[in-house]
Amino acid sequence: MAKYITKRILMSILTLFLIIFVLFVLIRIMPGNPFPVERMSAEMILQKRAELGLDNPILVQFADYMSILLSGSFGNGTSLYNGAPIKPILLTCLENSFKIGVLAIFFGTAAGLFIGITAALHRGKFLDGFCTVLSILGVCIPSYVFMIFLQYFFSYKIPFFPYFFDPSQFIFSSIMPSLSLSLLSVSVIARFTRNEMVEVMNSDYVKLAESKGIYGFQLMRTHVLRNALIPVVTVIAPLVVDLLTGAMVIEKIYGINGVGKLMVDAIAGEGIDYNYVLALGIVFSALYIGAMLILDILYGIIDPRIRLAAKEN
Amino acid sequence: MKTYTPQQGDFDFISGRDINVDLNFASQGYWKGVAIHFIRNRFAMTGLLLVGVIVLFAVFAPIVSSYSYQDIISVTDTNGKQIVAKSLAPQLAGEGQGLFADKTFIFGTDDMGRDLWTRTWQGARVSLIIAFVAIFIDMLIGMSYGLFSGFFGGLIDNVMQRFIEIIGSIPTLVIISILAIFMDKGIGLVIASLLITEWIGMSKIARAECLKLKEREYVLASRTLGAGKLHIIFKQILPNTIGPVITQVMFSIPVAIFTEAFLSFVGVGIVLPQCSIGSLIESGFNNITILPYQILPPILVLAILMLGFNLIGDGFREALSPKLEDM
Repeated sequence: MAKYITKRILMSILTLFLIIFVLFVLIRIMPGNPFPVERMSAEMILQKRAELGLDNPILVQFADYMSILLSGSFGNGTSLYNGAPIKPILLTCLENSFKIGVLAIFFGTAAGLFIGITAALHRGKFLDGFCTVLSILGVCIPSYVFMIFLQYFFSYKIPFFPYFFDPSQFIFSSIMPSLSLSLLSVSVIARFTRNEMVEVMNSDYVKLAESKGIYGFQLMRTHVLRNALIPVVTVIAPLVVDLLTGAMVIEKIYGINGVGKLMVDAIAGEGIDYNYVLALGIVFSALYIGAMLILDILYGIIDPRIRLAAKEN
Repeated sequence: MKTYTPQQGDFDFISGRDINVDLNFASQGYWKGVAIHFIRNRFAMTGLLLVGVIVLFAVFAPIVSSYSYQDIISVTDTNGKQIVAKSLAPQLAGEGQGLFADKTFIFGTDDMGRDLWTRTWQGARVSLIIAFVAIFIDMLIGMSYGLFSGFFGGLIDNVMQRFIEIIGSIPTLVIISILAIFMDKGIGLVIASLLITEWIGMSKIARAECLKLKEREYVLASRTLGAGKLHIIFKQILPNTIGPVITQVMFSIPVAIFTEAFLSFVGVGIVLPQCSIGSLIESGFNNITILPYQILPPILVLAILMLGFNLIGDGFREALSPKLEDM
């Protein structure tokens, strides 16, 4: 197992390095300007390019950038915030997004599992129907439509929750954003859990266990849940990544100062900020690869078959 | 060596013989079976109907409509001043009040004075075009990539799969932001980002099918008869992978529509005065507290499209691999 984990970690680091390289080269060789060109004279542009070292050979630039990265910083911006250091701004934004994201994952998984398991236990009854309707809604209505309506009804029509996110009263104002962000996860996890549970409950070994006299909670815990939840872990990881996309929308709707907003600022402004795009690209990719890595390791821990397969290799 | 010349009586026509054909349980072609299965599926047909209605409206409504999607509607009042039909509620001709009483705005007008009925269907048209074009090209790329990778195997397969792994672990948002550096915002950017991200799933399916099929006897037979590699890939294997790939296409189209709507909503998609479902939702969202009815039409169209395509996709999947219990 330890060998398997080290191998996976090394592979992830290598992938991340390759991605950083590809991103860096792509951003540098693409035509385009990192500053607002319309408002600058030709000399100013030349001077700025020299200042940022944009005219050096690309490998030299990459080596410079890597040394900046390894020293624990992301360098300075090229056009956003007048070229202030990226790291503190990025950290503030990451913190906001991260808090809401973690709340959303927590809520989504808990509610999804709860609805899915209850629906499977009461198959064909009201809650099961509710679960089906929820999953159909979750598939066909994009989550940000839910977000808009939630905000409209519970923050505007009934002004109970604050309309915008406010970091100073974090708990209260983050309820709505994280709730709306988790809706997609709730519907996907609930449907998946329900189908897996139903399948496992109809399997022969559960029937055997029942015929041996195991019932109720013990049957659920030792025989059903353990096997039904393994595939559920696989849907959770991609959902974590989907949250990034959702975060971009939710940050626009609730006015949160997060990474998604930073990304839009970096690409939708006048001059596209190379270093912000790069830094955010690295952070997003690292998050994604990290999530996949954790999933693989978790999967190995939960499912003994994979552990055995890894041992044999 | 003697050469043999065929003679009369060496062959006889099979038509004269008595051949037993089972007419009670007539055999049917594969695709005919799929079609029958699909048509019998109520959900799939509902999906087809929903998508069909939206497509019809998206094609014809902007043509039939008396306004163009970018026209700002205005009238000249008695004092000779131009009055723009800004933010009118939905109304039929003769029902409204004031200067615009004789005009029909089924969905109302937006804050610039443009007819929302026309804009909604024009937006649906743009979104559908983006989705179809992007997914069609994705299908071509993904299928050929997957087939080649699966067919040749070994080192080629290994390299091609590692490439996919690296591309696949760059989040979509990052790819879009890099594209945004050198492309103008608009339809092109949305299509390009869909092209880069959506083919991966299809190539995986095509590869898996190819791995399964290339070991079959008929491929071996074809190879023994001296068929070239390209012939085997495109004439022997490709037709048999169509089913699963089409299912994937049906599920990719709603993803594409959603991605477009998402990008336009965040502000890196379609630019005004062009419109798409996403940009209409965005402008509706900006006015939601004052004019909440503006956001409803594009959202309904989007939801119906997503639901419809998902139902069709489910129907296809079931029709292509019918389970015993459905028979």
